[in-house]
Amino acid sequence: MRARAILLAALALALALLAPAAGAAERASLTEIEKQVMCPVCGTLLQLAESPQAQRERVFINHLIAEGKTEAEIKDALVAEYGNEVLALPPDSGFSLSAYVVPILALLVAAAALAIGVLRWRRAGGGQDGDDGAPRPAAPSERDSERLDADLARYDL
Amino acid sequence: MSFRSVIAVLGVLAVVGLLVFGLASKGSSGLAIGDPVPTAALPRLEGGGSGSLAAYRGRWVLVNFWASWCEPCRAEAPALEKFQRAHGGPRFAVLGIDTRDLSGDGQDFVREFGLSYPQLRDGDGGAAHDYGTSGVPETFLVDPRGRLRLHVPGPVDEKTLESSVAPLLPQGKS
Repeated sequence: MRARAILLAALALALALLAPAAGAAERASLTEIEKQVMCPVCGTLLQLAESPQAQRERVFINHLIAEGKTEAEIKDALVAEYGNEVLALPPDSGFSLSAYVVPILALLVAAAALAIGVLRWRRAGGGQDGDDGAPRPAAPSERDSERLDADLARYDL
Repeated sequence: MSFRSVIAVLGVLAVVGLLVFGLASKGSSGLAIGDPVPTAALPRLEGGGSGSLAAYRGRWVLVNFWASWCEPCRAEAPALEKFQRAHGGPRFAVLGIDTRDLSGDGQDFVREFGLSYPQLRDGDGGAAHDYGTSGVPETFLVDPRGRLRLHVPGPVDEKTLESSVAPLLPQGKS
């Protein structure tokens, strides 16, 4: 009975210690958000901006952090103020999704075109010739091979 | 022309087209004197709802792009308010557009300088881009037909307003 009470107390203590740590892990940080949002006036990441507008944007973010807002909530608030262009990466929904999909599609099309090209080239006999484009010589006949071996045998290589 | 050549030409044209589109969409169009000015609706800085320059058709309007973080905007704000008080009326109004600014900062700015003329909000800078501004502050005088009559890049002061804007307005209290 006593052992169970001690175990429960230890468990409660562990939970009490872990809960703030988990909360701290979720807490938004200016340094992290600065890497993900733009200074709309400067056209650079906020992390790199030093303009008066950038300073106000940092004050705004710090204010929201102090209010306990999450990173996502702070980015939403910035979008409400400055529009989607404040995000360094476009949102993965609506028309902005094309920013992610189009490069992947382009890569797939390019890979398919390359594969088709290589197949056609091989069917057309590509790769059968020498590097200089001249036809490769036929393999030596058995008689020529014997002569070559005999010639080579006369030299002490 | 062989099929391969057609494909190659189309590919090059597509790349060039994308480059031209990218440059055109990034570039600022700019307005020339006599051009019709953009009239897209914008949210009001305070009080909710939206407003547009289209609502001022038939009046002269002095459109002023500003931001609270902009020092020259702070310097010119009293002159604009004074000009509005002197000339504002049924035939003329000053219209402020707070651009690329935090709405709270913009509202504080309006209160700090006691600005009585209407204010719209251009958070993403889209309207400023449509007007072809290169920064803040910039001021545009729009005639009753909605065409640009005067453009002042940079801050305005009382002297500029009285010497360049006032003579274009209808005589008497506008």
